[in-house]
Amino acid sequence: MIELRNVSISAGEFCLSKVSFKVPQGSYAILMGRSGTGKTTILESICGLRQISGGQILLDDLEIQDLTPGERNVGYVPQDLGLFPTMTVQENMEFPLFLRSVSKTQRQERVNELAGLLEIEHLLGRGVKHLSGGEAQRVALGRALSFRPQVLLLDEPLSALDESTRTAMQELLSTLKEATGTTTLHVTHSSDEARALADVTFHLRDGKIVRDAEATSTEEV
Amino acid sequence: MTFLGPRLRDTGFLALMGVIGGSYAVLVFLLLFADIAYVRPNDFLKALAQPEIQSGIIVTIKTCTLAAILSLWVGTALGYVLARFDFYGKAFIDLLVDIPFVLPPLVLGLSLLILFCRPFPGFAQSFEAWLNEQGLRFTFTQGAIVLAQFSVAAAFAVRTMRITFEKIDPRAEEVARTLGCSRMQAFLYVALPQSESGMITAFTISWARSLGEFGPILVFAGTTRGVTEVMSTSVFLELSVGTLESAVAVSLMMVVMAIAVLLTLRLSGRRLEG
Repeated sequence: MIELRNVSISAGEFCLSKVSFKVPQGSYAILMGRSGTGKTTILESICGLRQISGGQILLDDLEIQDLTPGERNVGYVPQDLGLFPTMTVQENMEFPLFLRSVSKTQRQERVNELAGLLEIEHLLGRGVKHLSGGEAQRVALGRALSFRPQVLLLDEPLSALDESTRTAMQELLSTLKEATGTTTLHVTHSSDEARALADVTFHLRDGKIVRDAEATSTEEV
Repeated sequence: MTFLGPRLRDTGFLALMGVIGGSYAVLVFLLLFADIAYVRPNDFLKALAQPEIQSGIIVTIKTCTLAAILSLWVGTALGYVLARFDFYGKAFIDLLVDIPFVLPPLVLGLSLLILFCRPFPGFAQSFEAWLNEQGLRFTFTQGAIVLAQFSVAAAFAVRTMRITFEKIDPRAEEVARTLGCSRMQAFLYVALPQSESGMITAFTISWARSLGEFGPILVFAGTTRGVTEVMSTSVFLELSVGTLESAVAVSLMMVVMAIAVLLTLRLSGRRLEG
């Protein structure tokens, strides 16, 4: 479960004040809103890359706002993915497990399991610099899931993909949702993605969070 | 302009730029050619046969390498901090790091000498005097050569590494931190491997800058033949005793070393780009 209680965030002239919402355990939540409304800022605050100025962030009832990003057990896939360019696909996916001193055999098993699920077995030995957009997205997802995080945060994972790849990735996200059951918060401004994937949808408007049922209309930007 | 066709105008423009730009390339070529024409192979052999010059070459390679390693060490750390973090006093540190670029070399040597040989306010004796009491010496030793070279070369390494880290997208390091890295692990596992070409550049530039260092070495380390003599001071010593052929021969050896450094730089750059 992800819960934000009266969270305030200020970054330069931009600020969010007393944002509250709750993503139930195991559900797939979509956070929608126009560009520049602070969706990415919220994700960065949850994963610890941005300090909040007030309120609490809870993961499964544990307050995490004072923990370092590495202590939060959150899988984060930013919009630009942030793959490690000097590592192979396999090394990228193994990296979080390596940091947790998981044995080489177990790392290999976990990477193989995820590579099968993500259909990227054939890419494991390749460098990440020349992957296509869809392939890179799968690798970033695999890396974020490899250490079995409590929650998964996805920042516009489909926005940079062409239409056919986007459809395939959307199906893959559905499969992952079923296969892993990880609580997921997915940021987008596409109502199609919300319809296809969401168990619950939130809208960020004028610095306030509104649940889908309360929203008067869906947003398309 | 109306009576000139476009093709002729382009040719004229390119010829003008070629003459202006090419004049500098011609000057550098003529400088090297004049040196090469002046010395005979025998002068090289005679210069190389001198034990002082042999020692100078060894001391040069040793001190330049040590100064470049130290410069890279400091340049990587400070370059990363300046590229990634905003903190109180950053502008001041930035200014301090630039000072060796503009400071006259002799002034730098003098400053080093004063730092080591004059007591600091509030202290009864100088650092050198304290070292002497412990049975050690620093000024006028090869250690002083390394410090003199490092004082200037590190500024180049810091600049190079700062630009290198600024060009590397910090996003991967941020993601690494969410995956479980401490800031140090994100630096070691993610940022540092991406800075390989910058590190090679910083090392070679520091090495080349140390090779050309003269003023601070002369003032702070002296130029005792066979002890604190490096190739740049060999040229000065040979000139001062009137053996111009030896001075030019040593100069040309330095030119060859500098070209080797430049080639290393270019080749490593191409390899990493490839």
